Amino acid sequence: MVWGFRVLTRAMAILAVSAIGVRAQTLTIASSAPVTSMDPHYHTLTPNISAHGHIFDRLIDQDAAGRMIPNLALSWTLRDDRTWELKLRDAKFHDGSAFTAEDVAYTLARVPTVKNSPASFQIYTRAVIGTEILDPHTILLKTAAPYPLLPQDLLQVFMLPHKLGAEPANEDFNNGKNTIGTGPFRFVSYQPGSRIALDRNDLYWGAKPHWAHVDYRLISNEAARTASLLAGDVGIIEFVPPADLAKLRQDPKIVLSEIVSNRSIYLWLDHAHDGTMPEVTGPNGEVLPKNPLKDLRVRQALSLAINRAGIVDRVMEGAAIPTKQYLPPGNSNHVNDLLPDPYQPDRAKQLLTEAGFPNGFRIVLHGPNDRYVNDAKIVQAVAQMWQRIGVQTTVDTMPWSSYATRAGKQEFAAFLLGWGVNSGEGTNPLRAQIATWNPERGLGTANRGRYSNPAVDALLDKAMTTMDRGERDKIVLQTMKLAMNDVPAIMLHLQKNIWATRKGLTYVARVDEETRATGVMESKP
Amino acid sequence: MSETAVPNHPVEESPFRRFVAEFAASKVALFGLAVFVLIALLAIFANWIGPQNPYDLAQLDIMDGRLPPGSKSVAGYTYLLGTDDQGRDMFSGMLYGLRISLAVGVGSAIFAACVGTTLGLLAAFFGRRIDTIVMRVVDLQLSFPSILVALMILAVLGKSVTNVVLALVIVEWAGYARNVRAIAMVERKREYIEAAACLALPWRRIVFRHLLPNCLPPLIVIATQQVARAIALEATLSFLGLGVPITEPSLGLLIANGYQYMLSGKYWISFYPGLALLVTIVSINLVGDHLRDVLNPRLKR
Amino acid sequence: MFTWLLRRLFQACFVVLAMTIIVFIGVHVIGNPVDILISPEADQAERAKIIAEMGLDRPLWQQYAYFLGGALHGDLGRSFVFNEPALKLIGGRMPATLELAVTAVLMSMCFGIPLGLYAGLKPNGILGRVIMSGSILGFSLPSFWVGLMLIMTFAVQLGWLPSTGRGETAEILGVRWSFLTWDGLRHMAMPALNLSLYNISLVLRLTRAGVRETLPMDYIKFARAKGLSPARVIFVHVLKNIMIPVVTVLGLELGTTIAFAVVTESVFAWPGMGKLIIDSINVLDRPVIVAYLMMIVLIFITINLVVDILYTVLDPRVRLETKA
Repeated sequence: MVWGFRVLTRAMAILAVSAIGVRAQTLTIASSAPVTSMDPHYHTLTPNISAHGHIFDRLIDQDAAGRMIPNLALSWTLRDDRTWELKLRDAKFHDGSAFTAEDVAYTLARVPTVKNSPASFQIYTRAVIGTEILDPHTILLKTAAPYPLLPQDLLQVFMLPHKLGAEPANEDFNNGKNTIGTGPFRFVSYQPGSRIALDRNDLYWGAKPHWAHVDYRLISNEAARTASLLAGDVGIIEFVPPADLAKLRQDPKIVLSEIVSNRSIYLWLDHAHDGTMPEVTGPNGEVLPKNPLKDLRVRQALSLAINRAGIVDRVMEGAAIPTKQYLPPGNSNHVNDLLPDPYQPDRAKQLLTEAGFPNGFRIVLHGPNDRYVNDAKIVQAVAQMWQRIGVQTTVDTMPWSSYATRAGKQEFAAFLLGWGVNSGEGTNPLRAQIATWNPERGLGTANRGRYSNPAVDALLDKAMTTMDRGERDKIVLQTMKLAMNDVPAIMLHLQKNIWATRKGLTYVARVDEETRATGVMESKP
Repeated sequence: MSETAVPNHPVEESPFRRFVAEFAASKVALFGLAVFVLIALLAIFANWIGPQNPYDLAQLDIMDGRLPPGSKSVAGYTYLLGTDDQGRDMFSGMLYGLRISLAVGVGSAIFAACVGTTLGLLAAFFGRRIDTIVMRVVDLQLSFPSILVALMILAVLGKSVTNVVLALVIVEWAGYARNVRAIAMVERKREYIEAAACLALPWRRIVFRHLLPNCLPPLIVIATQQVARAIALEATLSFLGLGVPITEPSLGLLIANGYQYMLSGKYWISFYPGLALLVTIVSINLVGDHLRDVLNPRLKR
Repeated sequence: MFTWLLRRLFQACFVVLAMTIIVFIGVHVIGNPVDILISPEADQAERAKIIAEMGLDRPLWQQYAYFLGGALHGDLGRSFVFNEPALKLIGGRMPATLELAVTAVLMSMCFGIPLGLYAGLKPNGILGRVIMSGSILGFSLPSFWVGLMLIMTFAVQLGWLPSTGRGETAEILGVRWSFLTWDGLRHMAMPALNLSLYNISLVLRLTRAGVRETLPMDYIKFARAKGLSPARVIFVHVLKNIMIPVVTVLGLELGTTIAFAVVTESVFAWPGMGKLIIDSINVLDRPVIVAYLMMIVLIFITINLVVDILYTVLDPRVRLETKA
């Protein structure tokens, strides 16, 4: 009986809560992928960063369009080629203590010491070899060599209070003991793989957050995410599946917000094999003496055979734009005269003939089937189009778990991948993807096709030591153009980031894929 | 299979004719059989019936993608049941898909039943060490999620229809073994088995001629369901990205592909394959249900 | 009885051991977790550091020996992804899956046995036929499809039930259960139904088959002739005789239901073990995969044990093998 009574009171309490309009102050967000830890320096994963951004602050932030804006750092200037001076703002941590330069030094020192991190934030702090605190609101960051991209790297680093002490335990972030930031919301609870509860931080230095409570839920299944929005159980969903776009656009109860992202989808081609490539054979299956993909004309032909507008319209349902580069129009590192390759199957056939393949060849096209938006469908669509120019294409898709390892071992001739440029800055994809593979220097680490072009490498080195932003942008544009015209990979499209909210709510779509409660507004009736 | 399945009662006519006569007594079962034969024929002759070869990428055009039923194709013919996201004619796709699904469902059920039943019977009949070994392997097998089995097979052998069948057999055989053993444990204590043992009949004969027929009725319930379940499980594997190759969709993969369009009103992409799947499975079960009654020695008095 | 139990336990250890070896080799064959988890921008030193921290720099047999050493002390390793002990991670998710699976199996008995009894007693009646045909739907429609249909109908169109998630939980013995709150029950209704559909039709059909088979038997005729009430004949004599296949299959299915809750949990965003294991397989989080499978194997062995003991209770003809 006691039990029954407790159930009853609990049920009444829930009803009461929803009745007195506390609910109006609660925002429920449906996120698409699990947050693996509440430690902001544990795992460089967009879902983690997106959730942590509510609790912790960075020194430098990005606005919705991806431009750098001051956050905890009011300014960042170069003292000399190897020293950055940061001026810090007045802010308070959730426990009431003041944010100072000491916390910046502490955070930068802590990042590389995080134990068992599967993907360390060290990549964003490794350039800093020393710090010097001038006063509580001024700090100097020193780098070993001139490094112009330090501000971009700092975009990903969340500040922790120094009083957490040496080696704060990873687990204590999940139970809230260490989860202390300066951000707009404070930590309430974290249930791995399920939900995160947040409350408004009344000590926040910026504009007071509109929402008193945030319920951050994980709904990874796409259809279920859309359904929970339609049912009114959540206020906003991220990564709206393209298949549902047409329907949601017509629904009067739903509002969509979208922006072209920094995430490009492309097909890597094999440059690693000079001679025979097992996955590329002659038109009758015979072994080819030379890897045809090393021939620029073949790569161009494969690119010209693709109807990008068709893929964007039919497969992506408009949730993408065709591209030939990594960054979208409007970005300062977008090359304006580098247009997406047109759909010219006849020209493609002609190029194949010129390259010595009048009857085409056979190729296996690989793609993951659980990684990027419509990945397996894009691969099939491309295969259709390659068939039409006489390239007999076999499609092979598999889960990312086996795909990632095999793609990294250069087993594939042509394979689909994507790259999101978190910093919105052009040398990032050039360094990781296009530069010659050189893991010691951290160059070409994601160059899975093993493309190599000394001219591009040289220009990139020059860009990386040019401290003047305008000057560097010019070199980056030049490098990008040189590289992409050599077709290291066949660029397909840039995805759009799309959010859907219930009517009455609006969201300012963000280039960086983050879903922020502070960006969700109640629209005036 | 059917030879051993025929009850070994003293009968006045040939067992096979009696079996046919008894089966034909049920109109519902005959109807089910007719539908199933029709479906099987459709699947076998898909090449001639389907207006398009849905597995030939060169015949597809994404610009024809997601057209509603009755739309005209660029090539001139009509997409009777519409197209999927790749511009695949749903009607042709379903015929070809049926073929794959039937092969996967029936194939895996037969193999799994053979392996599982044999091992289950042997375990029950011999007991002791054989029983122990078989049942521990069953425990081991049943505790493996089919997804993990499929993922491993996929990683080692690559993706193909044969490998899906293999994965399903590995997933399903243990269920048969477990159930058959449970039934046979009861049966082997019965008088007729003891009598057979007293006659010093060879064990093969006891197991397969005496024990097996008496274990069949529950086995057929399970087997007909397993065909259906194998087809549905293959659909689930496809849903998780582990099924047959995407360019050669089974009915299950067609449904899984259409799943994401269910909220957007493009019902035909998953509705028609779903309907085809349902009709197939219902017909298999109508036949199976009646077969069970006919084959059951205990129902014949 | 005691030696029999002891032997079963001994065998169980071998099963678990064999399973861990298979998983170690299997995961190794599928791919390298480092390739999946690591930031593609990491340089060689960072990569080497992570590989060493995960212990993946050693040969596979050494990794396995290290794991066995830990397992003997009750430590099954830390998740590569969550950096928490794998056991703790699974323990945290287990109640959600357990209550879902148990509810599903209970539902399948509550619906399956009465419907099966009816269909077996009146095999030629219209209702009996409808029940049988309806039961086919239960295992022919893929559960992900049915799940979404349920959401669309009951959450989106009718608005009766919440669409996804686990809802309010209440604590008993330090474990959070959602069947103790009204909100939790409302959240559980659809996923449990979705998960039980297959089992409902399975139980229904087994019950019907059993009834049809038992009714013509001599002892039933005898019981009737003795003048026992029809209700007593059905509920005592018939039902008792058909419980064996039902109990076997249900016992088996509880384990399978737990192991296969993956799809339902994914469609309904139910934070259980199935969701965890599929996510772990996707990133090859070996410690979690191994720990999860060890747990499932143990659950299976326990269930099989209980089922074997139940046989002796339900059917006196079966005796446990006690002679060595």
